[in-house]
Amino acid sequence: MISRMTHFTINVIDQQRAIDFYTNKLGFKIVTDVPMPGGDRWITVCPPEQPDIEIILSPLTRGRLTPEEIGQWKTLAESGFFGVGLFTAKDIYATYEELKLKGVEFKKAPTREPYGLEAILKDDSGNWFSLVQLH
Amino acid sequence: MESYQKAYLYKRIAVAKLYMDDHFCEKLDLVKIAETANFSKYHFFRLFKEIYGLTPLNYLTSKRIEESKKLLSGSLTIIEVAHQVGFDSPTSFSAVFKKHTRITPSHFKYTMTQEALQKGANPFLFVPGCFAQSRGWLKNSNIEEPV
Repeated sequence: MISRMTHFTINVIDQQRAIDFYTNKLGFKIVTDVPMPGGDRWITVCPPEQPDIEIILSPLTRGRLTPEEIGQWKTLAESGFFGVGLFTAKDIYATYEELKLKGVEFKKAPTREPYGLEAILKDDSGNWFSLVQLH
Repeated sequence: MESYQKAYLYKRIAVAKLYMDDHFCEKLDLVKIAETANFSKYHFFRLFKEIYGLTPLNYLTSKRIEESKKLLSGSLTIIEVAHQVGFDSPTSFSAVFKKHTRITPSHFKYTMTQEALQKGANPFLFVPGCFAQSRGWLKNSNIEEPV
């Protein structure tokens, strides 16, 4: 039986820029930063209070995508296609104001929803996340 | 109107928190931090604790310790790190660091150094096989895959 999830991937356009976004703007911590063959880097980050899940910042250019496919990915990202996940915050209003001051783009300000207060933020590659203060 | 005032308060608190994030290496006190967001120190203290669950100065200390962890992973000495994150002396830094992490800065630095050596010697200990394979790292590498 599968017991836990430990890693998941976020595709990013520029790995270095994504590191800056996730660490300096969202406040995540780098869990692993390992140089790999061919000049690649294996980089994972985690939310500050959840060190046991690693988010892999996987650059698009390092996969097996053609330039055309990368272009298509960017177009889809810009259209808001990639909803990646959900983060929680203890105080969504404070988090929202802090992230806005840091230049994080929001598609939705904190709004009361059936499951809690929700805002929607976008990363620097166009992936979007719900930010939720659960009831 | 009420929600507008609330949003304005949250924004001011966030300004003060970001001020601490940007100036943690300087000498800061509650009055100075509160002033950055036009609060009295009492009002600021109460609101900050209510929102973040810890006092402004406890937050500042946590920030300093987190930043020191990053620096200790590099080549700086413990004395240099202590000063760079805003402690007056290495002794007070070591005491606070140990209180927060339960290990000494030198122990932490040793652990980080060993981990960095291990990562350099055998990076595939840290990368799930499916990713290494799909990216061609195993095929193109002269680094031996761990048994």
